Amino acid sequence: MKISQIKWALSAAALALSASAFAAPPTPAMISNACAGCHGTNGASAGPSMPSLAGHNKESIVVAMKKFKSGERPGTVMGRLAKGYSDADFAAMADFFSKQKFHATGQSLDSAKVARGKSLEEESCSRCHMEGGKEGKDDSPIMASQWLPYLQIQMGQYLNGQRKMPEKMAEKVKPLSKEDLDALLHFYASVK
Amino acid sequence: MTMQRRSFLKLMGAGAGLGAASLMTGCAGLGMEGPTGGRRVVVVGGGYGGTIAAKYIRMMDKSIEVVLVERNDHFVSCPFSNLYIGGLMKDLSALTINYDKLAANHGIKFVQAEVTGVDAGAKLVRTSRGDIRYDRLVLSPGIDFRAEEIKGYDLASTPELMPHAWKAGPQTVLLRKQLEAMPAGGSVVMSIPLAPFRCPPGPYERASMIAMYLKQHKPKSKIVILDGNPDIVSKKGLFLKGWKKHYEGIIDYRPAKKVTEIDAGKKTVLIEGLEDVRGDVVNLIPPQRAGAIAVAAGVVGPDKNWCPVNPTTFESTLKKDIHVIGDACIAGAMPKSGYSANSEAKTCATNIVNAMNGREIVDMSGINTCYSYLSAKEAVSVTGVYRVNKEKNVIEAAPGSVAVSPDLSELEAIYAESWLKNILTEMST
Repeated sequence: MKISQIKWALSAAALALSASAFAAPPTPAMISNACAGCHGTNGASAGPSMPSLAGHNKESIVVAMKKFKSGERPGTVMGRLAKGYSDADFAAMADFFSKQKFHATGQSLDSAKVARGKSLEEESCSRCHMEGGKEGKDDSPIMASQWLPYLQIQMGQYLNGQRKMPEKMAEKVKPLSKEDLDALLHFYASVK
Repeated sequence: MTMQRRSFLKLMGAGAGLGAASLMTGCAGLGMEGPTGGRRVVVVGGGYGGTIAAKYIRMMDKSIEVVLVERNDHFVSCPFSNLYIGGLMKDLSALTINYDKLAANHGIKFVQAEVTGVDAGAKLVRTSRGDIRYDRLVLSPGIDFRAEEIKGYDLASTPELMPHAWKAGPQTVLLRKQLEAMPAGGSVVMSIPLAPFRCPPGPYERASMIAMYLKQHKPKSKIVILDGNPDIVSKKGLFLKGWKKHYEGIIDYRPAKKVTEIDAGKKTVLIEGLEDVRGDVVNLIPPQRAGAIAVAAGVVGPDKNWCPVNPTTFESTLKKDIHVIGDACIAGAMPKSGYSANSEAKTCATNIVNAMNGREIVDMSGINTCYSYLSAKEAVSVTGVYRVNKEKNVIEAAPGSVAVSPDLSELEAIYAESWLKNILTEMST
């Protein structure tokens, strides 16, 4: 090793150690901002197959992440990414995204389907997906203004058994036709 | 009115009182060479890293002035550009963003100029339009090519004959045009440099997309992949599976074939002086290093290629107050990908804001998610969650988080489209 290289290595080591050795653990914002490349800045998604996370209740995020991690909820990248995080990380993400402002998407939707969905919503879904899907009971996710393709992918996974429906949901979904369900998804996608 | 002039006017504000003549010559100076007031961050490079660093600094602290310097008035994404080459997109519009909304929404001062040098002592960025003084500098310069390692390679003229298409834009269009002009039964030669290079799975995705195009439009043609590496660098099992499923007899993969010399006129490449391979189309991806701006700033490390950085702040270990993010930096286990650059930019921005406010530095928690298409409807992905190992002072993958798709997937191709939409929206708004 030449003198110049030794000097370089020493000064580099000194500079490098100066910050990271004393850094604080990642904050909720640090952990959650990394998600925004796919879920949008502050969890406001612009991609039609990705859910917005902004304004979700904490429990729904924690439960979703735990189910991705265990494999109970089907996923592609989410099951793998979730393995990189602890329960405390999930709580931090939940804390961050629950505090972000609800994101209203602008989607063009079939208005007849939206109207049909609206007529079914109260009886079929509103006990858990409250306020037109703007609020969720317990771990029920925010449905309002989610992208229709995202909602359709999820409903598809429920119907083909890849994703397990909560019992109460299964009871409500059973009497509904596929057209009814699609109309309901249209309704929720339309709520602003 | 050109984009350049519009951006300039926006920067100076209405009624800046400069004559039209001086605006047009670009010699007016930016008026940014003087004292800064102590809270100016200059970000160089408006790609996956630079846009995000600029935006997040402003999102976190409006009292910090952010100047984004970029030579073009728009940016074309490398991710997904292989789909255009394969014929799945009619133009590059879905891959192209500009800086208008980003600058307006966040109060970022956008300066369209070529950076010609960095004076780290005087804290000045030298640009084609004048000097800009900084308190902290973020470099996100991407890559440039180590042309000197390929005999006969001329940085200006060779890419016109043998496109690399490893910076998206006109090069991407040229490669597609060459493929379209190629006779049926012809051969495409692709050369992959030794790792590390920008986007580890990128060459193999490109080979898939080119093979898809040949299969549809150029019967009996094939693509010969000359890989400088001993094996497929990323997502190996999935690429091999996809190639067997869709492109048997079209893709001829040859490992450990490092191109050392070329004859661009004859469209011939030489491997270690032993073997020549001629192609009707030659996609020569040269070996890479950090962008020339990083070299000029003196932040390239002893490997002469990449920039060593503090894994928590992305500050150069060589020059104080200069941070390097994206493909140019050495980010431990994080691959040189667009999503990595996005994550690195946020970590860097957070800690620049912390440092400028005398607050505690915060460790990184980063992600990489990267999709590759194997066919028109199937994609695969690789993921990773990244944290700093404090003892080793290096970025490592969180156990269990680095994994690839179990199989080719139509659903992943759908998610990939939204990946693009979201990440480009994040960069441009």
